[in-house]
Amino acid sequence: MLKKLKFKKPDTKNSFVTYGLLLVTFAIVKILFEAGKLSYMIKDLLVPLCVYAILAVSLNLTVGILGELSLGQAGFMCVGAYSGALFSNLLEEAIPQVLIRFPLAMIVGGICAAIFGILIGIPVLRLRGDYLAIVTLAFGEIIKNIFASVYLGLDANGFHVSMKTASDLNMDLDGEMLINGALGLNGTPRDSNFTIAFIVLFITTIVAYNFVNSRTGRAVMSIRDNRIASESVGINVTKYKLITFALTAFFAGVAGSLYSHNFSTLQASKFDYNLSILVLVFVVLGGIGSIRGSIVASILLTLIPELLRGSIGKYRMLIYAVILIVMMIVNNGDYFINLKEKISVKFSSKFKKTKKEVV
Amino acid sequence: MALLEVKNLGITFGGLKAVDNFNLTLEKGALYGLIGPNGAGKTTVFNLLTGVYKPTTGTFLLDGKELKGKKPADINKAGIARTFQNIRLFKNLSVLENVKVGLHNGMKYSTVAGIFRLPSFFKTEKKMDEKALELLKVFELDESADTLASNLPYGKQRKLEIARAIATNPKLLLLDEPAAGMNPNETNELMETIRFVRDHFDLTVLVIEHDMSLVSGICEEITVLNFGTELAKGKTDEVLKNPEVVKAYLGQ
Ligand SMILES: Nc1ncnc2c1ncn2[C@@H]1O[C@H](COP(=O)(O)OP(=O)(O)OP(=O)(O)O)[C@@H](O)[C@H]1O
Ligand SMILES: [Mg+2]
Repeated sequence: MLKKLKFKKPDTKNSFVTYGLLLVTFAIVKILFEAGKLSYMIKDLLVPLCVYAILAVSLNLTVGILGELSLGQAGFMCVGAYSGALFSNLLEEAIPQVLIRFPLAMIVGGICAAIFGILIGIPVLRLRGDYLAIVTLAFGEIIKNIFASVYLGLDANGFHVSMKTASDLNMDLDGEMLINGALGLNGTPRDSNFTIAFIVLFITTIVAYNFVNSRTGRAVMSIRDNRIASESVGINVTKYKLITFALTAFFAGVAGSLYSHNFSTLQASKFDYNLSILVLVFVVLGGIGSIRGSIVASILLTLIPELLRGSIGKYRMLIYAVILIVMMIVNNGDYFINLKEKISVKFSSKFKKTKKEVV
Repeated sequence: MALLEVKNLGITFGGLKAVDNFNLTLEKGALYGLIGPNGAGKTTVFNLLTGVYKPTTGTFLLDGKELKGKKPADINKAGIARTFQNIRLFKNLSVLENVKVGLHNGMKYSTVAGIFRLPSFFKTEKKMDEKALELLKVFELDESADTLASNLPYGKQRKLEIARAIATNPKLLLLDEPAAGMNPNETNELMETIRFVRDHFDLTVLVIEHDMSLVSGICEEITVLNFGTELAKGKTDEVLKNPEVVKAYLGQ
């Protein structure tokens, strides 16, 4: 299914451009934020924007670098959101320092999601074809529905779990409701903020670039380009598929934890397949295999519909659709890919010339 | 002890005996040819020897170790590398990176060292670059190191496949029609290169080829396959004069 699409290869020079762009964007937003120039709507979007970008960058590792289709981002995010939130909720008193507790909560969310990723990946990644897409889609829906029907409470007598109703918990009156069925997570400390979310996005981006530009990343891309040739030079295909998929799940879990700490209550129904497909759209429209593209697409495609809300309300979805189509053509059409290559070749040759003249 | 011993190897595809009772003994350092008309089963022999297909009968040993039933990646680790008749390069990777994938098991650092850019990453990557460039030089591909593999002309793609295979440091190299699509000049150069890598990298080479000038030029001995079975075997010039062989070729 993905074989016909063009893959872009991120290289090291490229990665530093992305880091620079990220830092500049952060600085500008931070200044506007401090100066009080941002609307409430934008302020509320800052953490979700970083979360979406993290989801897209990590999904790109599986879709763009490994060449397998996954529709499980929402499911892994859900696992990360719940496990991270529970961790913080339970250890709020034991670890009062947010700067220690919150990173731990994100790592816990990431590891729990990665474990699910490995459990799904071991049987499914051995198969050829688009089984991964089917299984991850089902996984996401199952996880969402399970979490939406769990009631979990804590009181002096310990934990109470029920799959039916809150009153089945038989808790003491002073007990605390941790997961309230369809109403979701309850009482999560609101540890997220834009700076932390940006730092996590920045780290995710560095890890993604370093992963791709390494021995492991090359092995993964060789599987994508030609599995039979890859095996013929001694690459353990299942192992590298699993590593990539687990890394994708890990960062989806981290993003989930980041997201759940942004709200004091959060419903599992947020993590439905529409979210997974939305993230896939970010990856495809940003240019499959392009990490910078994933970030830019997730930010633009989240911001634009919101910004269009006010003035030209009626035509909002029409304009959004046109933007989607234009991005698809620009990032995946042969003509524009060739054009961009020509431009970058021109630029880099100019750059080399000036360098030589200086030396 | 012989490097490669193939005993009674065979495979059937839904009733069709693609290869039947195939036997071969290769001494270390040999340059051996496998020829035969289209559809004779030559590529199938390679696919059996590299684990792409599991044989229905027989077995084969490399350096006395049985490799039958092993996975392709493990067979490569044991010392057999190959090229493909229909070129299989890593198209979206550069020429250099294609060879570096071949070096994957020979020069290692962990995934974690790669992600966190530990010293072993820089050290090993540098060694890999040097080794890969050295290999590319042998095939006069070092100038194109940064080119995308898919942008190479056809003849160079075939050479890159050989370089990538040698990068895995094999004992036995299987070449499937390496001269296909090359002109006589390129073929002559290729013959020199094959001889050179055999001596330089201590290889044993088994080559499938339709180009008789290459076969008689570099192969000391050959086997002729026809309809999946061995038609003749022995010294190259003698076998090529064998009337049965001539008939098989003219008859096609
Ligand atoms: N996977 C397969 N399934 C069914 N039949 C197959 C398969 N692979 C090969 N064959 C058949 O086995 C026979 C031998 O094919 P093979 O590719 O080995 O021939 P070859 O000697 O390499 O020919 P050529 O010179 O054209 O490359 C052919 O009849 C082919 O159709
Ligand atoms: Mg063949």
